[in-house]
Amino acid sequence: MDVGDAAGRLVRPFALTGGRTRPSRADFTLISTVTAVDPQPVTAARCQPEHSRILRLCAEPLAVAELAARLDLPVSVVVILLCDLLEAGRITVRPPRLVSRTTPDLDLLQKVRDGLGRL
Amino acid sequence: MAGSDLATDASSAPDTVKILIAGGFGVGKTTMVGSVSEIVPLRTEEPLTMAGLGVDDLDGIEEKRATTVALDFGRITISRELVLYLFGTPGQQRFWFMWNDLALGALGAVVLVDVRRPESSFAAIDFFERRGIPFVVGVNGFHGEHPYPPEDIREALAVPEHVRVLLCDARDRESCRDVLIALIDQLIGSAVQA
Repeated sequence: MDVGDAAGRLVRPFALTGGRTRPSRADFTLISTVTAVDPQPVTAARCQPEHSRILRLCAEPLAVAELAARLDLPVSVVVILLCDLLEAGRITVRPPRLVSRTTPDLDLLQKVRDGLGRL
Repeated sequence: MAGSDLATDASSAPDTVKILIAGGFGVGKTTMVGSVSEIVPLRTEEPLTMAGLGVDDLDGIEEKRATTVALDFGRITISRELVLYLFGTPGQQRFWFMWNDLALGALGAVVLVDVRRPESSFAAIDFFERRGIPFVVGVNGFHGEHPYPPEDIREALAVPEHVRVLLCDARDRESCRDVLIALIDQLIGSAVQA
């Protein structure tokens, strides 16, 4: 791989975000789940193909990390695109289950244990 | 929470939790994720923010790895309401700036140890101990072979009594499942004690 390719690999995904490298909101973690309000919307103004792809992939709830892997884009890029969609009201996002070190959720832990036991 | 003014929930979406699979470079983290995941492990490649990385840190890394760091993960659907994700942490120490983000909100971690070179996982053990993140140690036998009893390895790693040390085979689904169950049991145990 020559230097040009390496640089392209690093920079190109951010062309999708109009050069933005930081998200405008902090709603998205790797395991936040995203659901499209309408998976197949009538094409809207300023909607890039990647935005439409995200909406299609999120017809069913999908975690941010999975979305990034399926789009073959860095999480950091996907999160910026998700901010656009959230602000446009086109997706809903569910934050991960809160994990407290001081007051552990025994019910949650038992559910995880039971689920693992069924593997 | 930021964004509570907008739609930030989807009642049909499951709750999600995560467990980290950590350890030194090449100890079998991705193998373990693959053994228990219901999907073929997925990979995302993050561009490296060069800030905070000394130029020397990039010496000796193959070119591809100089520009991105890979994150492998898998999924276990516990129920319709709950999904567990497993994240293999980047092995090389130079990528540890990513670990803080990864560790945030995790139930806990499995530190995999290669019996042939346990020292490669010392730093991972250190990381979780210092941050008070619960973990168990999975000793991954080369070709599934275990020349040392767990107590010898505990001593070599200097992990405290309350941290479980288990012999395992990262290639084996049931073996990996048992390590994860041991972590959850340890979490339940300390919750009950508290």
